[in-house]
Amino acid sequence: MTTQRIKFYQTGTYTAGNRLLDEEARTVQSRMDRTNSLNSGHRACQGCGEALGARYAIDAAMRTSKNRLIAINATGCLEVFSSPYPESAWQIPWMHSLFGNAPAVASGVAAALRAKGRDDVKVVAQGGDGATVDIGFGCLSGMFERNDDVLYLCYDNEAYMNTGVQRSGSTPPFARTNTTQAVGEAPGNLVGTGKNVPLIAMAHGIPYVATASVADLHDLEAKVTTAMSMNGARYIHIHVPCPLGWGSDPAHTIKVARMAVESGLFPLFEARAGSVVDRMKIRRKVSVERYLELQSRFNHLFKPCRNDAAIAAIQAIADENIATYGLIDSTRP
Amino acid sequence: MRAQLEGSQAVAEAIVLCRPEVIAAYPISPQTHIVERLSRMVKQGDVGRCQYLNVESEFGALSVLIGASAAGARTYTATTSQGLLFMAEAVYNAAGLGLPIVMTIANRAVGAPINIWNDHSDSMALRDAGWIQLYAETNQEAADLHIQAFRLAEELSCPVMVCMDGYILTHAYEPVDLPDQASVDAFLPAFSPVQLLDPSEPISIGAMVGPEAFTEVKYLAHQQHLRALTLVQDISDSFERQFHRQSGGLCTGYRMTDADTIVIALGSVIGTIQEAVDGLRNEGIAVGCLKISCYRPFPSQQIRAALESSSRVIVVEKDLAVGMGGIVSADVRMALNGLHIPVHTVIAGLGGRSISTESLKQMVRDVRAERLSEPHFLDLNLRVVDEELARRREQRRAGPLAEQVIRAVNAIGTKVV
Repeated sequence: MTTQRIKFYQTGTYTAGNRLLDEEARTVQSRMDRTNSLNSGHRACQGCGEALGARYAIDAAMRTSKNRLIAINATGCLEVFSSPYPESAWQIPWMHSLFGNAPAVASGVAAALRAKGRDDVKVVAQGGDGATVDIGFGCLSGMFERNDDVLYLCYDNEAYMNTGVQRSGSTPPFARTNTTQAVGEAPGNLVGTGKNVPLIAMAHGIPYVATASVADLHDLEAKVTTAMSMNGARYIHIHVPCPLGWGSDPAHTIKVARMAVESGLFPLFEARAGSVVDRMKIRRKVSVERYLELQSRFNHLFKPCRNDAAIAAIQAIADENIATYGLIDSTRP
Repeated sequence: MRAQLEGSQAVAEAIVLCRPEVIAAYPISPQTHIVERLSRMVKQGDVGRCQYLNVESEFGALSVLIGASAAGARTYTATTSQGLLFMAEAVYNAAGLGLPIVMTIANRAVGAPINIWNDHSDSMALRDAGWIQLYAETNQEAADLHIQAFRLAEELSCPVMVCMDGYILTHAYEPVDLPDQASVDAFLPAFSPVQLLDPSEPISIGAMVGPEAFTEVKYLAHQQHLRALTLVQDISDSFERQFHRQSGGLCTGYRMTDADTIVIALGSVIGTIQEAVDGLRNEGIAVGCLKISCYRPFPSQQIRAALESSSRVIVVEKDLAVGMGGIVSADVRMALNGLHIPVHTVIAGLGGRSISTESLKQMVRDVRAERLSEPHFLDLNLRVVDEELARRREQRRAGPLAEQVIRAVNAIGTKVV
């Protein structure tokens, strides 16, 4: 990196001080002309990370596309809380088809626009981790390998929350869900399972892959803006805490997301054509415990007695991420 | 222009005449020749700006079309058998969203046991998914039905399946008269959707509908299908006026005058049945044939009117509702409700088993003599099934049936196909 990123630590409260920035660098959400694409009044839970992530991502995509945007939505929380007939929180052309086909539907929209010779309209597809890493994975891979002109946004809350918190291929080790319960000899989700879709996306060699978090909404907006300025298949994987499924305080959504980033459990990076080109450095590394203890889905690691081995295993994952992605200067190769 | 064409080629040429804008397909026999040809014609620039997408699955293929159609493009795909079942969820979805997609079904059996040959198990499995289902008798009719299908789909805002028998039609060479571009353009106006995904006029499509309105939505879908009954016939008539040949419509009779026995069927077997009817008429048996071209919506009134003066009806169907019998027969019985006309089910042609004129003639004689069980399986190898049934009485064994049956068939030197 040649430029110094602006950090928002000055107040000691992590407040994002837009006023410290040049007007052009301020967040999309702070602008008078933000589009409120996902409008208020929808039915998301208090503290929903997905609603927050989607609002920032889609408004940023709208700004970059000069409000010429079509969004395709997989079945899931975002779809259900935003579009119960006859209401809709969407102020943009928006379509929901099925759980597992959002990438293909979006490819179809892009193909129709191409057939009609329209290059003024951009297409995004969005879904949760279930729709993305599991049931829609075939369609997602197809969209990637054909390099269809679609930006896919995955809002990862690490389980099937809409159906009542069941394990997905994105559920982290040891996490309690209703299908990986905190019982038996190995309570919670099994270690050594799951998949890393950002890396799989990169393996397709698509133009742009990034991870983002609601802990840093400015960075999320910037990544969406970058992705929207490009053509071809693009993928952004956004970490969005779910108070209901994670058993965290709705007031702590940003804090939980930040601990995931600052511990190294959720590395933030950008990749182009299959190679990582940038990563968000960890400012003050925290132990994974700081992240885990905010969520009741990991209660069994602390009560009735502390599971040191499990906590160490999770810490090892975070440390490996820090080394692999060079998240702390001293460890950067 | 009249030419000797393979069925698949005739269909591909007809599709191109309809000016599709997005085609997405996944290869599966016997649909491949259609989409191979289309991909070639798109690539060499014969189809305007049409986009051809090679997708990762049939589910992906139809999903691409759902997006493309919602964005205002005229869309097409073709599939069959396992492919149709693999896309089943999207099949229902396309109908629910009211998207005028046209899809060819190159009818093929559904496994296991895996079988690539023709029967109607695939499209029958999805008969109630909300699509219009048209069945072609010949390659000429297959080509014509596709041109009618786009007009029907777009007028109704409802997807249409054109079903044609795999191999028997898709791979057969027959003379086909393809219309010229100008007359197809005159018959089929450009697609102008009621609503579409467009930033100039943002709408939400595919909202969640709860108990308060779901019944009404379904009722309206039913009404739309009932309207299709009129429209299918109107479009077929309008096609006949313009192109001077009869194709499609709801149902068509053959030698129905004074017929006491009427054989009903769908698809390419109609030709064979008509030949059997001719033979039986020569024997003095008063038999006729009724072809159902439009199976969904089901033309109950027209079928009732065609059958009400007969004494018995035989439905020859290339499908089986296991544990129940015939699928088409059940609908025909409902159409004849209260008329006390016996309806016999004959399951024939499963997995590509040939249906011969001689077997059909014997079938009619047997039905008239009340010699057939219900349902009757045409040309069933009784020796094989009896052996297997006897063996199973001796020893219990769970697992697939096919291997035992194949062994038995080979042991007695009978050709399976």
